[in-house]
Amino acid sequence: MFQTSLELLKFHWAAYSIYALLIISVIAWFGYNLTRKEKVKSIVRIPFYGYIAFLVAGGVGHHIFTYNAIPWVAEDIMRHEITPDRDYEIEIAKHKWKLPEEQMVANMGEKVRFNVHSHDLTYGFGLFRKDGTMVMQMQVVPKHDNDIVWTFHECGKFDLTSTEYAGPGQYDKETGEDKMFVKDALIVNCNDKFASR
Amino acid sequence: MENVAKKPFLEQLIHGTNFDADSLSALQKVTLRAVVMSFLFFGLVAIEGMIMRMVQTGPINPLPEMFNHPDHYFSIMTVHPIVGIFGSTYQLVFAAFMFLVPYLTKKPLYSVKLANFVWLCITIGTAMAWIAGFIWQYAPLYTLYWPLPADFEQFSVIGAFVFVIGVALIMIGTIGFIYNIYATIFARTGVHKNKTTKELLISGFGIDGLMNLIHKLMGKPPYSKEPALSLPVVAIFRGTVDTFLDAIVILGAGILVLVYIVAHAGGLSWDVHAVDSLLYKNYFWWGLDLVADGLVLIYVAGSWYLLATIITGQKLFMENVARAALLLELFVSWMVWSHHLLADQPQPEMMKLISGEMVTAFELLTQGLALFITLVTLWKARPLKMSPELAYLLGGLVGFGLAVPAGIIQADMGLNRVLHNTQWISFAHFHIALIVGLYMTLYSALYVLWPLVTNNTKLFSKKLTWAHFWLYLIGGIGMGAFAGMAGLDGMLRRHLYVDGEFHGWMILAAIFGTMVLIAWFLFLYNIVMSVGLKGLIGIFKPANNDIATFGIEEEPEPAPAAVKA
Ligand SMILES: [Cu+2]
Repeated sequence: MFQTSLELLKFHWAAYSIYALLIISVIAWFGYNLTRKEKVKSIVRIPFYGYIAFLVAGGVGHHIFTYNAIPWVAEDIMRHEITPDRDYEIEIAKHKWKLPEEQMVANMGEKVRFNVHSHDLTYGFGLFRKDGTMVMQMQVVPKHDNDIVWTFHECGKFDLTSTEYAGPGQYDKETGEDKMFVKDALIVNCNDKFASR
Repeated sequence: MENVAKKPFLEQLIHGTNFDADSLSALQKVTLRAVVMSFLFFGLVAIEGMIMRMVQTGPINPLPEMFNHPDHYFSIMTVHPIVGIFGSTYQLVFAAFMFLVPYLTKKPLYSVKLANFVWLCITIGTAMAWIAGFIWQYAPLYTLYWPLPADFEQFSVIGAFVFVIGVALIMIGTIGFIYNIYATIFARTGVHKNKTTKELLISGFGIDGLMNLIHKLMGKPPYSKEPALSLPVVAIFRGTVDTFLDAIVILGAGILVLVYIVAHAGGLSWDVHAVDSLLYKNYFWWGLDLVADGLVLIYVAGSWYLLATIITGQKLFMENVARAALLLELFVSWMVWSHHLLADQPQPEMMKLISGEMVTAFELLTQGLALFITLVTLWKARPLKMSPELAYLLGGLVGFGLAVPAGIIQADMGLNRVLHNTQWISFAHFHIALIVGLYMTLYSALYVLWPLVTNNTKLFSKKLTWAHFWLYLIGGIGMGAFAGMAGLDGMLRRHLYVDGEFHGWMILAAIFGTMVLIAWFLFLYNIVMSVGLKGLIGIFKPANNDIATFGIEEEPEPAPAAVKA
């Protein structure tokens, strides 16, 4: 249902905003009627067990819904059985990326495996679009395999930065500039055999 | 609550309305001392929060240069939650409960001395942690992801030392509070004279509520007609179990850091990778999450039940279900920590799935139940007068109604991948949970307890109380919402943006954040004008009578002996 994280986040933005307005107005309506002398008729009567069922369905259903709708969930769980189209080993030490090549490249629709190793601290591996929105990210804990398989359903140039705080050393002391920010760290080409999917 | 006859400003400021600190008992004084410290720390935290908000608005912010520097920025971010959660929230909650347990059980507090030790420990500890950030810019953030806190290339040893000792003091104070509460609850005096420890424990864990439900289903007579402990006391007891475990975990982490500090200071440079960072993260989040997903939810649910029954003067709706839900929350809160590690790829997939996703979703159920029970209890007692305490209670319900689903949304493997470490979780989830949900609940408790704790001191201005309410509610929700939306647009938490990348959202968040800060000033002004500066000082002077109980006439029995039984 959702191809890219951008679509998912847009949907989520709208859905949650509607929910927020709803819950605020329900409590406001409730508070107003608490003070009224004459008995008010409820607009809807929610039976207790119905309400409980709704909460359970909301909690569990939300996961089931996203499992089927977000393509990367199943891929994430099954990633050890997937043979990626491309494989990138990345290293970090002292707030510096060591990328396998100057610019990582992939084609749209390909499965790319990133395995990031940290030699000292906990970092984050995050890819971002030009407008600053997040494509995806993961934590990078030192001395462990931090691997992710990602299918790119969008093309473009993506920037890389650490998404976890690892001390002020990530920033230039004077200007505050992010030293771990790598512009156009990954290019995903559009014209590809997978692209039509 | 009426407006008070006008006095000249200076006289009002010095003498207040009708507050008389000399009339307070030892229990009232120690409660008020912690409350005062709590609100001072709240102000500090609000100012710090606003500094960070302003820095994120980019070059247009009017702050002096120094605030934009990474060292400075992240040291503020490190102490912000320490001051907010421990210095302010813990103190306020502890103060309320240290007063409530004697009030509800009609037994004396086990030890007023210990209670005084607790607020001093937490105040000094918080101040030390803050100073470590301010002077030495020790800034590993409160998450202390190993091995960052022991990275002495980035941080000074002395800063780390002061910080760790400060946090340790807070935890020692916390353990003191727990001891005091348990010793009071389990003292076999007054109403609990004829109860056994077993009966009290069964009630404390909510087991009697569950048994009553089961008996009802099987058509048997109730397991216990009169539970040994009243429901709010059960919630306090239950929450305190989590507080204890959490204190042990944080203390343990502190000791580990301390060992490395001492080794480094002694010229040894130990391999920080001897400690597995993932294992540490699991251990740390297990404990830290007990504050967030265990403690807050349980204490808050208990406070809602108490407030609803006091405001309506009626029994709680579905009390047995409420008791059983507190028992359920015990297991839920111990098993949910993995949702903090959904973005950690080496974390076992099964752990993410079961602990991180499935069990965590149960919080929707436990908190939803508490919301429902509170609302129905209020509804059955209508018409009610819209008093500040009722309004604040409803505000607290809105806060959690917004914040819990916002957290559950992120506790999903799919959404976590694109939301982890963004401002969504900081603002749409936990800032709304704390500022709107928790604090509004606490303000409600404050207004309910105010006449009891201050011997019917009149509040200076009713208008200010309502101005505080609306500014705070709208400011809190607005700041949380707009900064949360920046998270959906990719804005990271724990990240310094110097070019105003998300400045549209940040300006909106700063405007609403300012409302929270103004609300705090109004509240402080209202309170100071009510108790007067003289009264404020009087709170910190020794009490004339050392009664440690509230609401019973006769002389309390000597408590310390009772606890040994
Ligand atoms: Cu949590």
